[in-house]
Amino acid sequence: MSIALENITVSYQRHPAVHHASGQFVEGECTAIFGPNGAGKSTLLKAMIGALKPDHGKVHLNGFKRNDIAYLPQQSEIDRSLPVSVIDLVSTGLWHHTGPFGRVGREGHARVCAALEQVGLAEFQHRPISALSSGQFQRVLFARIVVQDARLILLDEPFNAVDAKTTYDLLELVRRWRDEKRTVIAVLHDYEQVRAYFSQTLLMAREIVAWGQTEKVLTDDNLLRAVNRAAHWQEHAPVCRVDGEAA
Amino acid sequence: MMVAHALYDLFVSPFADFAFMRRALAGCLALALGSGPIGLFLVMRRMSLMGDAMSHAVLPGAAVGFLLAGLSLPAMSLGGFVAGVLVALLAGLATRFTSLKEDASFAAFYLLSLALGVLLVSKSGSNVDLMHILFGSVLAVDQPALILVASVATVTLLLLSVIYRPLLLESLDPVFLRAVGSRGGFWHMLFLMLVVLNLVAGFQALGTLMAVGLMMLPAITARLWASSVGGMLATSIGVAFGSGVGGLLLSYHFELPSGPAIILLAGLVYLFSLLFGKVGGALPRYVRTRHLEG
Repeated sequence: MSIALENITVSYQRHPAVHHASGQFVEGECTAIFGPNGAGKSTLLKAMIGALKPDHGKVHLNGFKRNDIAYLPQQSEIDRSLPVSVIDLVSTGLWHHTGPFGRVGREGHARVCAALEQVGLAEFQHRPISALSSGQFQRVLFARIVVQDARLILLDEPFNAVDAKTTYDLLELVRRWRDEKRTVIAVLHDYEQVRAYFSQTLLMAREIVAWGQTEKVLTDDNLLRAVNRAAHWQEHAPVCRVDGEAA
Repeated sequence: MMVAHALYDLFVSPFADFAFMRRALAGCLALALGSGPIGLFLVMRRMSLMGDAMSHAVLPGAAVGFLLAGLSLPAMSLGGFVAGVLVALLAGLATRFTSLKEDASFAAFYLLSLALGVLLVSKSGSNVDLMHILFGSVLAVDQPALILVASVATVTLLLLSVIYRPLLLESLDPVFLRAVGSRGGFWHMLFLMLVVLNLVAGFQALGTLMAVGLMMLPAITARLWASSVGGMLATSIGVAFGSGVGGLLLSYHFELPSGPAIILLAGLVYLFSLLFGKVGGALPRYVRTRHLEG
């Protein structure tokens, strides 16, 4: 059993960004969430971690606890003007050990240093996060995920504004997570990355267009259907009557 | 010997000779310890104007306290605290349940509160009372007021050190905080309560309007000198206390009203730092330093 969606609808001002999505992610494999802009991909991730409340439907964690989930936000969600150093930010990945008040401790510190080493930023511990490039900052966020040591890893557009070398290094981390049988779910825009690293794909355009093995999902036919359903708000859309919820 | 004597007269004897000056000095230290860190968190959370809004919001509560109990510090402080927390709560609810952003909600509710406060004060007291509530007087700080200010500083420092991590993380990376299962809103409300508490503490000494000055000016100045949170905290407390001492001496020697003297001095330090601040000041950017190899 793995994390599953049961008829999820999440909307902004009554306009659904995710519309009646159901299905189950395959445990221990990498799933890419693919689709045009405005297809509700990031919204779906936020609903899965509980940061957005669905209007309708449920996310079943099925055996995963909150501690088992690590989440990579988009960079724009983080205020990098704050006077925080790299090591401080990565240490927040120990939250489940420290909680709001506990101390990091020697073992925690060692884990943080090891994670920074893994992403190639061992020398950067004491740099302020405002002094990093977007690629370096993305490595820092990946280091935090390494520290979280979670069974379920959710990545929201992990390779946006990141150069080829950094993308390659970070994808190697994803490959390692896959080998360690962790479940990885990532919102992606690059067709080649999906084909090379992600065995499963969820193709969505507000509704789920196709979901399953990547080669079966990413067909020309499905991609065309996704683009055609591309998510424009219809200002005067009628009330949705699926499930009779509005009757 | 002459110099030592002159220095003594200038800096020490005002405090050594007069008990009200000593109380004012202790009051300034306590205010600096509480308000400095609170102001810094307001600046870091991009809520610099929130302190101003809250300082207006406490007015009707203080007025009600004044109506019921006269010029009594406990009554006015309690009233101010209740009014401030009420405004913070209502603005928080409005932000949560409508599409309005937090700044808009705060602006709306503090204006409501301010108008109500002015109405209450002008209906019942004289202008002198209004001036006292708005501008306070640090030289009139008595024993109970001092105990109030010191208690608030103690509570502030203790509570801030406890909620420091979630509070910082909530402004740094709110979605992550939600993802690990912590409610950001709770820490935020606790923090707003501390803001109100410190404004109420500054109230007797500096008045509702000036109390914000000691909260914000040193904190903004600190961002121009330090790059770590610890360094900023120390700087902001230092600048606040230094302005307090300096302002008291200026007010003593030149017979100036003490509140504005303190805040203006903090303002001068800020203006100086704008130009010379080591981190982010205007001039250091133009000083040519040899760049490093890598």
